[in-house]
Amino acid sequence: MSDRRTELEAAPWGGRTRRYDLIKEGVVAVVIIAILAAVLSTLFGSPDDKQITFKDWATAAPADFYATSVQELAGTSGTAGYGAPYNTASDGVNLGPLHLAKIMGVTHPVDTVNDFVITPLTTVSNAAPVADALKLWQASDAKQQSTWATNYDTALTKANQDASKVPTGDYGPVPELAAGLLTMAQAGSLDGALLSQGNYFQSDNTKQTLFLGDGSYFNDQSTASNLQGDTWGMMNETGRYPGQAWLWLYSFWYQIPPFNNGDSHPFGANADAWIMVIMGALSLGLIIMPLIPGVRSLPYKIKIHRLIWKNYYQEENL
Amino acid sequence: MSTGIEKEMWTTKLRKGWQKNLPVEKLLPDTQPAYVASWIYMFGVATLASLGVIIASGLWLSFEGASWYHFSSVGHFVNSIHFWAVQFFFIFMVVHLWGKFWMAAWRGKRMMTWVTGALAFVGSIATAFTGYLIQTNFDSQWISYEAKDGFNSVGIGSKFTVTNFGQMILLHVAFLPVIIGVITLIHVLLVRSKGVVPPIDAFNKELGERK
Ligand code: HEM
Repeated sequence: MSDRRTELEAAPWGGRTRRYDLIKEGVVAVVIIAILAAVLSTLFGSPDDKQITFKDWATAAPADFYATSVQELAGTSGTAGYGAPYNTASDGVNLGPLHLAKIMGVTHPVDTVNDFVITPLTTVSNAAPVADALKLWQASDAKQQSTWATNYDTALTKANQDASKVPTGDYGPVPELAAGLLTMAQAGSLDGALLSQGNYFQSDNTKQTLFLGDGSYFNDQSTASNLQGDTWGMMNETGRYPGQAWLWLYSFWYQIPPFNNGDSHPFGANADAWIMVIMGALSLGLIIMPLIPGVRSLPYKIKIHRLIWKNYYQEENL
Repeated sequence: MSTGIEKEMWTTKLRKGWQKNLPVEKLLPDTQPAYVASWIYMFGVATLASLGVIIASGLWLSFEGASWYHFSSVGHFVNSIHFWAVQFFFIFMVVHLWGKFWMAAWRGKRMMTWVTGALAFVGSIATAFTGYLIQTNFDSQWISYEAKDGFNSVGIGSKFTVTNFGQMILLHVAFLPVIIGVITLIHVLLVRSKGVVPPIDAFNKELGERK
């Protein structure tokens, strides 16, 4: 646009004016919206599906909980193999040569063996077999512990998570530890122990959430509520409520190739990182949109402004 | 009456700049240009009003605590108001955004108005997101579990820990609303200071001003 035109558009308006009560408009708007919100709240309320506790999980799906506990001991769970910021078990996702999570380091250390299983077990008084198992575990070295846990994890997986079908083997105290944790969870005392980790004040639920997510139960609940990322779950809400519809573009990328295929390299397997980058770039684009050639000229080409200012243009014969 | 010393003072500079750019007559005028007569102008105000309802209901929820609404029917109602006001807020803001786009409302040195608006949009998404994380229900458990991967993937997760309830609640009720509030304030003051942008065809070919 020419400088002259910019100056005219920036200058105080010298043309016709009309009476306009800004404050009245604002107050009326607040009242109307408060009323509308109150009406919808009365008619529909708001979503509030109950939180899942470890007690819920261990009661509803004991085999899944038991097997997940074994995985935590064996280091085969999702969290145990996650990498930064929780541990160094893997490099995590990458943007080409950039492993950003790894670069930022382990800022939230999570040791699935101790944080998820052993430490919580030590906070309660256990039945004799569990107490003995705990003693044996703590008296053994890491290599021995790992051998037992891996043996049992493998055998349990082969038996389709049915502990009664696992043949005898060199499992050490692992079955008793998992059984002890199951009992503890079913009694409802694992939630608090996972959170507090021996402290008084606690407001970080990271360990609980990671453990919960390692099992199938939590995932199944979310699938049932249509909350999975590959089915636009990011924008969905529990029940029949509108969700974060404004995340449609973010969610969109997860639905299309290569991002919807977690096995395709380099993009699908690292979809989280690439989509974050795409959305960062698009957000920046929105912010500086008036500087982007082409896009900023659209309003002059597609003349929706003729509609918006229809009355004024008519009155002025423009 | 100004002496040399006054001229140097920051206070004086601020007052003079303020008086020049945003005298109270401009902040609270009696009239608007004749072209400010379209339904599209309602959406900025509607967004602002929704934000007001969000903040009021949010303050109420804060005083009662994060779990209140699970067991109190009044609490559930206030939570519902907060929830629906957020839906309104985003609907109005998106219509407002598209409106301003088709009006090319950044013309006439109004670039910063657009920029602050877009920042408010992005910031609001972040704020709403943290709100979903502190519902203390199944939805927030799931969202935090899923979203951690996105933030971890680019290293942000090392500082912004979505599974950390304490961090999320503090950001949602303190830091982020303050940022949205300040950005929105600047946005609206910019609009008042610069005046509402004239229609694209308000000036004729010779760029003469229309009455
Ligand atoms: C917190 C969210 C927002 C609030 C409360 C808000 C509020 C307002 C209000 C009250 C006005 C003046 C009335 C009107 O023209 O509608 C306005 C103008 C404007 N808004 Fe927003 N807005 C928000 C977000 C946005 C966004 C996301 C954009 C675009 C990216 C944007 C761009 C603009 C522009 C360019 C103007 C100046 C219009 C002119 O000079 O005619 N705003 N805004």
